[in-house]
Amino acid sequence: MISYIAKRLVYILIAMWLIITATFFLMRLAPGNPFASERALPPAIQESLNAQYGLDNPWYVQYKDYLINSAKGDFGTSMKYKYRETNDMIAESFPVSMTLGLEAMFIAVAFGVLIGTIAALFHNKWPDYLMTILAVLGISIPSFVMATILQYYLALQLNLFPIAGWKGFAYSILPAVALASTPMAFIAKLTRSSMLEETNSEYVKMAKAKGISKPVIVFKHALRNALLPVVTYLAPLTAGVVTGSFVIEKIFSIPGLGKHFVTSITNRDYTVIMGTTVFYAVILLLAVLIVDILYSFIDPRIQLRGGKSND
Amino acid sequence: MKKSILEVNDLKVNFSTYAGKVQAVRNVSFEVFSGETLAIVGESGSGKSVTSQAIMQLLPVPPAIYEGGEILFEGRDLLKLSDRQMEKVRGNEISMIFQDPMTSLNPTMKIGKQITEVMIKHHKISRSEADKRALELMELVGIPMPEKRLKQYPHEFSGGMRQRVVIAIALAANPKLLIADEPTTALDVTIQAQILEVMKEIQKEMETAVIFITHDLGVVANVADRVAVMYAGEIVEIGTVEDIFYNPQHPYTWGLLGSMPDLTADKSQKLRTIPGSPPDLTHPPAGDAFAARNPHAMKIDYEKNPPMFKVSETHYAKTWRLHPDAPKTEIPEIIKERYNQYRQTKEGDSIV
Repeated sequence: MISYIAKRLVYILIAMWLIITATFFLMRLAPGNPFASERALPPAIQESLNAQYGLDNPWYVQYKDYLINSAKGDFGTSMKYKYRETNDMIAESFPVSMTLGLEAMFIAVAFGVLIGTIAALFHNKWPDYLMTILAVLGISIPSFVMATILQYYLALQLNLFPIAGWKGFAYSILPAVALASTPMAFIAKLTRSSMLEETNSEYVKMAKAKGISKPVIVFKHALRNALLPVVTYLAPLTAGVVTGSFVIEKIFSIPGLGKHFVTSITNRDYTVIMGTTVFYAVILLLAVLIVDILYSFIDPRIQLRGGKSND
Repeated sequence: MKKSILEVNDLKVNFSTYAGKVQAVRNVSFEVFSGETLAIVGESGSGKSVTSQAIMQLLPVPPAIYEGGEILFEGRDLLKLSDRQMEKVRGNEISMIFQDPMTSLNPTMKIGKQITEVMIKHHKISRSEADKRALELMELVGIPMPEKRLKQYPHEFSGGMRQRVVIAIALAANPKLLIADEPTTALDVTIQAQILEVMKEIQKEMETAVIFITHDLGVVANVADRVAVMYAGEIVEIGTVEDIFYNPQHPYTWGLLGSMPDLTADKSQKLRTIPGSPPDLTHPPAGDAFAARNPHAMKIDYEKNPPMFKVSETHYAKTWRLHPDAPKTEIPEIIKERYNQYRQTKEGDSIV
């Protein structure tokens, strides 16, 4: 187990290097620079700015500097917002996005699995059809439409929740629901289909022959086996949801991390692009690692091994 | 002297498919006496598994339809029980051993829990008592180091060991009737023999009645007291092992016995088969279902379905050739040869 994790961490480092390299070159390939604006800067100022941020060095020197700084976890100051450290920007906004994201994750997983299981339990009866319709709606309605619908009816008309802002738990409910609706529907579909597959398997038939009642079979026997595909989907979902959503954060005016992903790119804010990308990659790779470890807890047939030799 | 515990009368089970209604089980009647082993033999699609699953009511409805008949277990008609009442019968009074031990155990549940689950459900005993009993069962079915094995998952067991676990689960609640649906088919031959041995011993010890479903006549000779031969959803012949092996009456039974591989035959002899294939059960033939493949078929075989004719007190066969007016057909020479061989080998114990 420990050697397995150590091995995986090495892979993560290699993956990080690839991601940083790709981001670096893609960033340079995009035309424009951080200091371009409607008003052209005098060449002297442009040059001194370039010199200040090290942009006048040849690309391999810049690449080396980036690699070293990234390894240290120091992404430098933003090129757009003077005197703002990239790390501070992330540290400030990430907790907000994470709180929102974890709430959304909780809603998506808890209700998704429940809805999927109920649909499978009542296969081809009305609860199944109802759940399927809900799931299709959830998948096909974009989060910004969902967000505005929730704002209009629950916040504006019924006055149940605040419309926007970020001043406490009540403020997080609507954005979390809006953020969760699509993954929840997806998890529900995933759970339903893998649950149906499990309920047609021999061991479920055997459990039935043992005289176990249907709900107990579904929850005690089949659910654990049916969850593997759902867990697989959790890794990219966590990374995506926890690092914030540009759209949802804009609609609910939440000071989260999501906006930096988009604005840093339009601003060609090289340091912030690199910071957010590396941060996202770290979260994603760690989530994948955690999911792989989770597998071995859910399915005893999956064993984590450090090397290939100890079979 | 023998008490009948299961009585199946005129059971009809259909399956609705896109191609039409498949009549998988057609008017099947038989009895199982306490403590005996009844083997149901027949080729694939003859309805033997459907019959056994109908007794347990494990067939999904739809597509299965219980069209008629009754299944009396100790006098109670199982077909009339509610789901809740049926749950109390399954695993408790009637239990089942499945064909493929590789898929019939839950891969993510510890073996011990899969065994104790049955006892806790049906006997309302405490976890520690159930654990103790599970340990005994594991020893009974011959699994070494049971304490350690109970805490393991199915993938840590071999196929034969898994089938032993399945048997232990089936026995956990002391059932009165055990249905074994081809319990050795998925196992290799040496393991087959071990599993049969385990089952025989257990039956002797616990006096459970067993319905043994198989297409392997060697296994039948080894384990059964009585044999029912199924063809195209019907029982065509039923009798004691001696009746079926030494005095078979139905041409299909002849065909089955004739097509058993024979180790003593010389090499030039080809393996005998029954020509043709079973009828399509969406439109079963009007007469004897075997008529089209029967070299001895008479005109009436194509026109009218024969009733069960009594051969002896224990032996019945469903063929017109037993009708008093039918011309006497001789039992084929090959089959006669076989009996003599069986007789000889019988002296040397088992037929297998």
